[in-house]
Amino acid sequence: MEEKYIGHSVERKEGREKVTGRARYVDDLAFPDMVHGVTVRSSVARGRILGIRYGDGIPWNEFTIVTAKDIPGANEIALILHDQPCLASEFINHPEEPVVLLAHPDKYLLEEARRAVRIDVEAMPAVFTIEDSLAKGTIVWGEDNVLKAYHVDKGDVDSAWAAADVIVEGEYRTGAQEQLYIENQGMIAVANPTDGVTVWGSLQCPYYVHKALMPLFGLPAEKIRVIQAETGGGFGGKEEYPSMIAAHAALLAWKSGKRVKIVYDRAEDMVATTKRHPSRTRHRTGVTRDGKLVAMDIDLAIDGGAYATLSAVVLSRATIHSAGPYVCPNVRIRSQAVATNAPPHGAFRGFGAPQSVFAIERHLDQVARAVNLTPEELRRRNFLRKDQTTATGQIIHEDVNFSGLLDRAFKESDYHAKRARFEKENPGATVKRGIGFSSFMHGAGFTGSGEVYLASVVEVEATAEGCVRVLAASTEIGQGANTIFSQIAADALGISYDRIDVAQPDTGAVPNSGPTVASRTSMVVGNLVEKAALNLKNTLVESGLLCDACTEDEFVRACKRYIETRGTLRARAKYEPPPGLHWDDTTYSGDAYGTYAWAVYVAEVAVDTVTYEARVSDFVAVQEIGKVIHPVLAAGQIEGGVAQAIGMSLYENVVWREGRMANGQMTNYIMPTAADIPPIRVFFEEQPYPFGPHGAKGIGELPMDGPAPAILNAIENATGISLREIPATPEVLMEAMAEKAGALV
Amino acid sequence: MSETVEKIEIACLVNGEWRSARVYPLARLLDVIRGEMRLTGTKEGCGEGECGACALLMNGAIVNSCLVPAAEADGAEIHTIEGVASGDQLSAVQSAFLECGGAQCGICTPGMVIAAAALLARHPHPGDAEIREGLAGNLCRCTGYQKIFTSVVRACESGREKSPGNR
Repeated sequence: MEEKYIGHSVERKEGREKVTGRARYVDDLAFPDMVHGVTVRSSVARGRILGIRYGDGIPWNEFTIVTAKDIPGANEIALILHDQPCLASEFINHPEEPVVLLAHPDKYLLEEARRAVRIDVEAMPAVFTIEDSLAKGTIVWGEDNVLKAYHVDKGDVDSAWAAADVIVEGEYRTGAQEQLYIENQGMIAVANPTDGVTVWGSLQCPYYVHKALMPLFGLPAEKIRVIQAETGGGFGGKEEYPSMIAAHAALLAWKSGKRVKIVYDRAEDMVATTKRHPSRTRHRTGVTRDGKLVAMDIDLAIDGGAYATLSAVVLSRATIHSAGPYVCPNVRIRSQAVATNAPPHGAFRGFGAPQSVFAIERHLDQVARAVNLTPEELRRRNFLRKDQTTATGQIIHEDVNFSGLLDRAFKESDYHAKRARFEKENPGATVKRGIGFSSFMHGAGFTGSGEVYLASVVEVEATAEGCVRVLAASTEIGQGANTIFSQIAADALGISYDRIDVAQPDTGAVPNSGPTVASRTSMVVGNLVEKAALNLKNTLVESGLLCDACTEDEFVRACKRYIETRGTLRARAKYEPPPGLHWDDTTYSGDAYGTYAWAVYVAEVAVDTVTYEARVSDFVAVQEIGKVIHPVLAAGQIEGGVAQAIGMSLYENVVWREGRMANGQMTNYIMPTAADIPPIRVFFEEQPYPFGPHGAKGIGELPMDGPAPAILNAIENATGISLREIPATPEVLMEAMAEKAGALV
Repeated sequence: MSETVEKIEIACLVNGEWRSARVYPLARLLDVIRGEMRLTGTKEGCGEGECGACALLMNGAIVNSCLVPAAEADGAEIHTIEGVASGDQLSAVQSAFLECGGAQCGICTPGMVIAAAALLARHPHPGDAEIREGLAGNLCRCTGYQKIFTSVVRACESGREKSPGNR
């Protein structure tokens, strides 16, 4: 197949709408009969609801008021488990728990009304940390606070310690992180018993919302319709939470008979919606004097918040990535997601992997020092290679070349020369400079048997004019899905890119191609787009209207003739797993992912010993991601992910007060600006993956994994201070430097 | 508030056309532009002047419209993203964003395009530090800013960008 568009940076499909401000996001949609909705939330972290009072001075008769008793079906937000209510009716389990919904045409009055509702709650003991949850002094979820646990066992760790010359232990922590898409979450709903429920919104996964609305209203699939509006960023934050807002808007619409819009303001979005799971990882690693890993014992815990939501799956990815891209014959991983009385933590780019990659990549620098090797030499002696096995026992069939990636990253970053220079210049300097790196992998697509379970479908349909539309539930959220699907379809059909368009995701019109998550859209869904397009072409060939090697004009004529004589010209493709993949959910072993992207990232930092500020001054990202479908989009993914990870490493600190985010504003939750981000230099190695479209692998989450440990390794190189926790804010650095100075006195 | 404060009539020259609206004096200019005037290209990101998604030009200066009371905009000349292109003809900044990957999800893009145009009006050939400084009031969560910097440089090289106030 000729690659006329694949591999080239064609114009973004919806780019013109975006640069001119014509793209319509949910808050840009308005209808004459529309009213606004708001959510009244709990004020305490845990307790029993005693009553709801509606204060004086508000014309309550003008308002639509919804509580749990107005829900026509089951009071739940269906996801993996059904433990999270749509509206709390008796018990409160976190401080932002929704209890009452209000709707009114006047936004200003609505805000006054929200403040006039009092929810009386008898407070109950609550749990706010991983440690308190694991101590089980207070049980806040299930029988033991454990949302999910996994065991991974490879070899025999207990017997292996004897073969170790050195054993290195360490504990590593990561904080919560807010996705901070610039478009706040929002939904518009119409709902009534005759027509069912239709919602428009800012979301990543139309069929997740669809699945949640069915039991809530007790309606069949065909009575629920979910349509994605242009979406201003997701990063996982719009994976599961939109179901909640859609449910709320739809309940208000159902009761009021009007179209209802709920759009969160920034403060509500930050405090109430999901964030990255905080984590605590303990490593105990046995290594020989010459630097060979002989045993890895990993104990990992993440804070899932008040309900199960996606924590089991986040924990799964964290677990599988926790031993890194290294070969070790004996690995034991014990992992748990535990409940606390914070709003549920959820999907965020990387999905557990950034937490566990941070731990292993910080830890290996400590292991290297313990055996007097450089960080790179220790890793070189243990890198995973072809025909070797990962922690889950997956045999790597790709010709993975980590040493090559490392060499290139060091060359591009001038690693060795800089390391030597900084060592010479740092003594006496107030600004200490350092350079560090991390090597890591990210599995693309759903874990284990996940893709088989999803059984994704894509369709394509041609018009009589010879234009082709891709029908998929995969959403464009900025990453470029529309563009990539169009490139793939155009090359498969041998027609021009301008003839392809991608349908607006609408559960009433497109098949379920699965959620837009897990770095799966280009690799898994893109592959289905290609197959569906080839099936469409094949239909024309088999009907005798087209020869295999056709021109664009011939294709257009064949479409016209087919539709005139036979009707609709549509083709589909359904997911089939690559051959030879085996995964065992009971032992948590086997082929965790169809493939991985592999990477080495190098960070250079400057640490000011007067202001205690650490800045990233240069960044090199080298990765092997299979075929690069669109160089500009691919680099954009890496750069954006690295920037978010720089935020996670140094700036973005969620301050918790009794389960509530205390700094839910952009003024005091600090994300990187144009002035904070260094040059990010991106390099791709391309080793085609046979089961991705034209050899492409998933890349969206990869860049979130590596920067934090590389940056903290660089800070250690600059200052000698080994930080075990992110974010490394100036306060953290000040304390660590004071401690180090004290120890020297 | 609604019972005690009277609405006032304001008029502004928006993208070259006089527009009027009856609004509360302390209504946010952002809401007037998006609501009463239905120009939804200007976005709300934070509502507290941090993110720049609501940036527009008021009397030639870039402002965060979420912080401007409507009364203050009475009689002002305003340029929003809707006035940047001439029909189908994109401005140099818009073309550069499209070519260089400066827009991903697009929600910060209108404010970013306005900020970039305002920057180029001040510094026709900005250096790296000036670009970073000039865009530091506009947050982008998708791009890591690299492709936005490239877009500004490209717009500057293409040399077609006129002062956005002249459109």
